[in-house]
Amino acid sequence: MSTYDRSMALTGQPPKSLNRNQKMATLLGMFGLAIMLLAVFNVSFPQKGLWLSISLAAIFTGTLWFSWEAYSEKLPGIKNDGVWFKSISSKGFWGWIAGISLTGFYIILYFYPEYLGLVQGGDNKGVIALFDPLSKALSGNAASQWFVYGTLYTVAILAFGIKFMWKYRHNRYERIRTMSVMFFQTAFAFIIPELMARLNGDKILNGGSLPYYDLKNVWPLNYYNFEGYRIKAFLSSGDIGFALLIFGILSIFVITPILTYKYGKRWYCSWVCGCGGLAETAGDSFRQLSDKSLKAWKIERWVVHSVVVFVTLMTTAVIYSYLGTDTSKYWLTKSTFLIGIATLLTLVFAWVMLFKRAQLQKDAQYGAIGYFVIIMALIGMHFFSGDGNVFLFKSETLRKSYSFLIGSIFSGVIGTGFYPIFGNRVWCRFGCPMAAILGFQQRLFSRFRITTNGGQCISCGNCSTYCEMGIDVRAYAQKGENIVRSSCVGCGICSAVCPRGVLKLENGPLQGRIDSNQVLLGNDVDLMTLVNQK
Amino acid sequence: MENIVIIGNGIAGVTAARHIRKLSNKRIIIISGETDHFFSRTALMYVYMGHMKFDHIKPYEDWFWEKNRIELMRGYVTEVITDKKQLVVDGSRSVHYDKLIIATGSKSNKFGWPGQDLHGVQGLYSKQDLDLLETNAPNKDSCKRAVIVGGGLIGIELAEMLRSRDIPVTFLVRESSFWNGVLPKGESQMINEHILEHHIDLRLATNLKEIVADEHGKVKSVIIAETGEELPCDMVGLTAGVTPNIDFLKGSGIELGRGVKVNRFLETNVNDVYAIGDCAEQHEAIGNRRPIEAVWYTGRMMGETVAQTICGNKIEYKPGHWFNSAKFLDIEYQTYGWVFSERNKKNHEEHFHWRHAEDKVCITVAFDKDSRKFLGINTFGIRMRHEIFDRWLTEERNVDHVMEHLIDANFDPEFYRNYESEIVNKFNADHGKSITPKKKSFARIFG
Repeated sequence: MSTYDRSMALTGQPPKSLNRNQKMATLLGMFGLAIMLLAVFNVSFPQKGLWLSISLAAIFTGTLWFSWEAYSEKLPGIKNDGVWFKSISSKGFWGWIAGISLTGFYIILYFYPEYLGLVQGGDNKGVIALFDPLSKALSGNAASQWFVYGTLYTVAILAFGIKFMWKYRHNRYERIRTMSVMFFQTAFAFIIPELMARLNGDKILNGGSLPYYDLKNVWPLNYYNFEGYRIKAFLSSGDIGFALLIFGILSIFVITPILTYKYGKRWYCSWVCGCGGLAETAGDSFRQLSDKSLKAWKIERWVVHSVVVFVTLMTTAVIYSYLGTDTSKYWLTKSTFLIGIATLLTLVFAWVMLFKRAQLQKDAQYGAIGYFVIIMALIGMHFFSGDGNVFLFKSETLRKSYSFLIGSIFSGVIGTGFYPIFGNRVWCRFGCPMAAILGFQQRLFSRFRITTNGGQCISCGNCSTYCEMGIDVRAYAQKGENIVRSSCVGCGICSAVCPRGVLKLENGPLQGRIDSNQVLLGNDVDLMTLVNQK
Repeated sequence: MENIVIIGNGIAGVTAARHIRKLSNKRIIIISGETDHFFSRTALMYVYMGHMKFDHIKPYEDWFWEKNRIELMRGYVTEVITDKKQLVVDGSRSVHYDKLIIATGSKSNKFGWPGQDLHGVQGLYSKQDLDLLETNAPNKDSCKRAVIVGGGLIGIELAEMLRSRDIPVTFLVRESSFWNGVLPKGESQMINEHILEHHIDLRLATNLKEIVADEHGKVKSVIIAETGEELPCDMVGLTAGVTPNIDFLKGSGIELGRGVKVNRFLETNVNDVYAIGDCAEQHEAIGNRRPIEAVWYTGRMMGETVAQTICGNKIEYKPGHWFNSAKFLDIEYQTYGWVFSERNKKNHEEHFHWRHAEDKVCITVAFDKDSRKFLGINTFGIRMRHEIFDRWLTEERNVDHVMEHLIDANFDPEFYRNYESEIVNKFNADHGKSITPKKKSFARIFG
């Protein structure tokens, strides 16, 4: 319908065009990437440490320079001019190129790390060898493909985080939130685990070795946290190992519910989480690409909750497989564990159905009942069949397929590789079981809501367009309803882009939090009573 | 089954249709010549600026209409034959109605300037205007300078739009300061400064004399009345307000003034014909309001009201406390209750004004000099809670109460710097008071 300039030129008129300095900044960043690309093709750099530093510095400075040129001359305020004209941010030519390249990178990373130069039991080659000096400086070990990925991931969050803070320099919520994700990525995801690796074999761990543990990475996002080899490693690492294991369990059952009750799931999803961190920084240019249709919301609910069921079954099966049967050796046996899981799920299910049923959509109710019946049937079948397998499947089969389908394909290849096509939160929205569980709490048991400011909404659509989770924020705002959605990660951008000051994220009282009445102020009180008669 | 026909698919007409559907099973037909589907008029600017695509400014997905059995018809109503209860669409098709709602909105004012109909001269109101702007000012090479005539809300929006494509803009404002017929001088002055910050060539107290054509009948320049200066330009935006879009009703027997004359039930002089939104004109103004209110929110309220009446709950249009909002480039503006400009202020209305030393943030509070009753507030760069001010206005609080509890009304995002104590300090100093601001209380806010 629109008639704007459709010339094929890659740089056009403002606000699409790049200035000369931005072109040079792009060149600088590309130079940094080129060093890595050459390394991939086994160009052997002398002084790897130096060339790695040059490469990372070029990428980092290039990004910062580019953003400085984009925002420094402009007054503080919303910077969305031309978002839908630029091919990179509107699923145009460069958007597809970026999407395909990222997807390709993830496929190689997950499935063919040898092309990056990974050598099992020998000296690394290629780009992984380029990262050896940094890895040795941190953990004392040679780099792996995961170390390369972790470093680039951190660089991306830091560089694009600074870009994001410039872009939203008028908005203190955004600045503080971004500092938080930058901190948690650098310290918790990147540096601390590497330093923890230095303790391995030390006497404070009783000579044991801790598994690689990003402390903020909670089950079920960290779906492998309770696998046999990790439990052994925790338990063999003295008091510290044991404390970490307890921390992992408390994170799920105590820490996250309390924080989510107080602040909504944003405390995790847009303040702490690494996946969220990348989405909010490097992925910010793609947030408008999320699908806002009702259909997408329906698909989202079924897919993400199926992943929760999948990860629950898989984890139960895996833990079950390594537990013993003899109560005299260890109190937690196969049967007590299964009974415990069944009891816990029943309690949660009963609580929701008794007290919170009214707050769920019809299909959510059916879904909850359906899933509950499936899990209980599987547990029951297991007890009565006396099969050696867990439920109907081998635990190892479940674990492998989860790790392949969800851990690699969904969270990596689709989740991040498709940023420029489906938006930056595809994984968080459709795939992340952690987000689903926190969202469930947020919807039913939290103080968090996005308050709508009376009748001030003009239905412009900025909030919905820039919602990375694909929530049709406007649908609520224009009716004067508060927004209480399980998928909301509390990034605060809807509130930022609103031209009329209609939306505010806040942690208020539970009373009146979800009010489906139309409370459009400014109109006659008697009329509103009539409007709200159902 | 009754046939409800609504002319116009803007916020007023669509709100009426939605509420009639909620309340009844009547057949509903919306006729629009402008677009197939309802869109947010106030958001057209964001399409030109590339913040959104046209699809994004449609508040409902396209399946919504069929699902709710609201029939959409594309075409311009050219004639209304009230004695036969018939409409003529595009001069040929005829449509029968049992009840008719006129919600045709506005059109841009043109005050008879020489050259006002040249190519390259346009207003900014409709989707067609937006498409025209893409032709008249696609980029800074085709449009080397644009001149905007008329310093109101649409004028400043158009300036912001053109600046997003780096097009040089000259902004002719008749008043001595931007929008000072509505805004008190401190606020108007701050917006003047902000306009200049955005590199817009703001010419205050400047009138258009004529628009000059080149040999192809396209705009070449404008001539300024005061100085006779000739400004070369490729596009002229006429944004000196809007006027009801009711020409097609002439001779229909429906009483017209500047708009369609309606009573408090939004009924016209003809049975079963109603008018709502921008195009409706009250016989007598309601309170401090104008007889014609071309505002998004009032269109919505009238739509809700007329739906009740049509579905058998005859009720008056009774707007509550006045509120409005806008955004001037980067500065958000909200208003609750009445704050008049110096030009329109009555004697008993006193103002308290506070402006931040560096940032573009200010507020003006109006109150009654004698009774100290709180009358209204304008805020720039601070968001305020509608519900709280609505309550204070209903409870007829005095200005001291408002100052003491101002933090309750703050609606800025979390972690934003609060200015309330600074504001109250200035208020205390100006008025010899010693009010201590209260701490924010959720119990009071949501109580």
